[in-house]
Amino acid sequence: MRNTNLSEESHPLTWRFREDRKTIWIKEYIKKNGYSSLKKCLNEMTSKKVIEKVIKSNLKGRGGAGFPTGVKWNLMSQNKENINKYLICNADEMEPGTYKDRWIIENSPHQLIEGIIISAYALNISSGYIFLRGEYIFPEKILIKALNESYINNFLGKNILNSEFSFNLYLHTGAGRYICGEETALINSLEGKRANPRIKPPFPANIGLWGKPTCVNNVETLINIPIIVSNSTHWYKNLSRNEDSGTKLMGFSGLVKNPGVWELPFGITAREILENYAGGMKDNLKLQAWLPGGAGTSLLLEKHLDTEMGFSSIQKAGSRLGTGLSLAIDNQTNIITLLLNLEKFFSRESCGLCTPCRDGLPWIVKILKSMKNKKGCEGDIEILNNLCLQMSPGNTFCAHAPGAAAPLQSAMKYFIKDFENTITIKKDEIRIKFPGIQTNFKK
Amino acid sequence: MNKKNIFNQKNFIINNMIKKEINSLKKNGFDSRSILIESLKIIQKYYGWVSDSSIGFLSKILKLPVSEIESVATFYSQIFRSPVGRYVIKFCDSVVCYITGYKKIQRILEKRLCIKSGETTIDNNFTLLPICCLGACNKGPVIMINQKTYFYLNKSSILKILDSLK
Repeated sequence: MRNTNLSEESHPLTWRFREDRKTIWIKEYIKKNGYSSLKKCLNEMTSKKVIEKVIKSNLKGRGGAGFPTGVKWNLMSQNKENINKYLICNADEMEPGTYKDRWIIENSPHQLIEGIIISAYALNISSGYIFLRGEYIFPEKILIKALNESYINNFLGKNILNSEFSFNLYLHTGAGRYICGEETALINSLEGKRANPRIKPPFPANIGLWGKPTCVNNVETLINIPIIVSNSTHWYKNLSRNEDSGTKLMGFSGLVKNPGVWELPFGITAREILENYAGGMKDNLKLQAWLPGGAGTSLLLEKHLDTEMGFSSIQKAGSRLGTGLSLAIDNQTNIITLLLNLEKFFSRESCGLCTPCRDGLPWIVKILKSMKNKKGCEGDIEILNNLCLQMSPGNTFCAHAPGAAAPLQSAMKYFIKDFENTITIKKDEIRIKFPGIQTNFKK
Repeated sequence: MNKKNIFNQKNFIINNMIKKEINSLKKNGFDSRSILIESLKIIQKYYGWVSDSSIGFLSKILKLPVSEIESVATFYSQIFRSPVGRYVIKFCDSVVCYITGYKKIQRILEKRLCIKSGETTIDNNFTLLPICCLGACNKGPVIMINQKTYFYLNKSSILKILDSLK
């Protein structure tokens, strides 16, 4: 059930998108009021004013962590004026269940480019990179063409629109690996190294790409910037129904009638999205559980469907908003095999730098495999609980391992019976071979 | 340069085309270190995979130690360190495609090509690999063959696609 006539007032991010899903190139984009925010910025606003407006707007990062963008920018602006700084657009979208960045780039690449230019102007940066995922072949072609168009029309390059501001934007495509989406791993990958996360602090805002201050923002965060700049803060804050400001791309996938992604205000309930937009579950299926924002978030149950979609309200329910694109799990899916799939993914994509993640995840996969075959041992649940504890935030370099532990931990909270039912081998029956010890010591 | 003749060959023939393409990357503020991943991708574009001798060649023109290049080449999943088929079939095995049924798709592909995931057919035509979420969860199950992505797959559409490639 998608509204065909979106208005600029209620859908500031997506009102330009065409119904036939063709890409909006520069002519049509300018016709639809595009690049007007950039002109306003260059003519009327100083860079400090732009940062102030972003801080006031209370914009939170849309990449999954929800860190306030204004705070990040403020850290950047505290650096000395005359050194090289870099802006990176994180378009390395690989979170299972997430496809918003692809949707934005395929529909309206210039919206992203405009957002990047304004951000660079605010932070006084002269070169930026778009880190695009290597497997996104079609978005890559679109971005190359769009960047060319912008250079020709003097929106990029030297003295943009006859001002004193110059900015160059380059496109870089990755070569796989989920971990590249992590801020510091992305910087390492851009430098041509293995994509291992760096220890924080120092934060990228102080020491980042090639040792210079670097700002990394998600695609969806950046397309919010032109809207914030050209409209009043009051209006932007009132777009949402709760304390978070603005709108967010949210959606539902899985076995629902009409899977997709829509621009919706914060504070809408998950039930509204599932029933009014995604059309409810397919016939003969019932909702068993749902993941609110990608694979790295905790599971929620049907009773949580009335939770408002927002950073703090989802957190209160025991999960994270993440990327905001939810996944519906139907009642015919076995929770244990689903978790096995999730943990296999996390275990394969672990970069192997720190021990809890490198060794803990394959162990979890091994236990879940035996549970899937109904051959779980006594004490396995305790081992799983312990492993989740060891992979909790603060024990690892990045958020990969805590993200992997989240769905498992929540599943053990809500579906503990499913786990207990798989345990068939008692501790006394387990015979372990100790090399060098007599057989009667085995057990 | 005839692309077909050098594809999947073990012998690495140094040619000026690749040299030129790699040298042209050095603009845009990148140093020889940061164009490493891009150069590996260029070699793979021509040869299908990255062989030991091509790593030696890269180490000479980028002036980086072989071990460094090897460590990067083995890290990234889309850089192949062993020969692959002409068509690399990557099927999405992430959670949404799991719910919409990638296992069935995988079984059909394995049965039809007579290989398991991670293997190459004897005639060097197809390689089957798993890949994480391709960002088309509303159109699942999804597979990607070389540069092209296919959506809404079922048994008949896969067989049709495979037939059209042969």
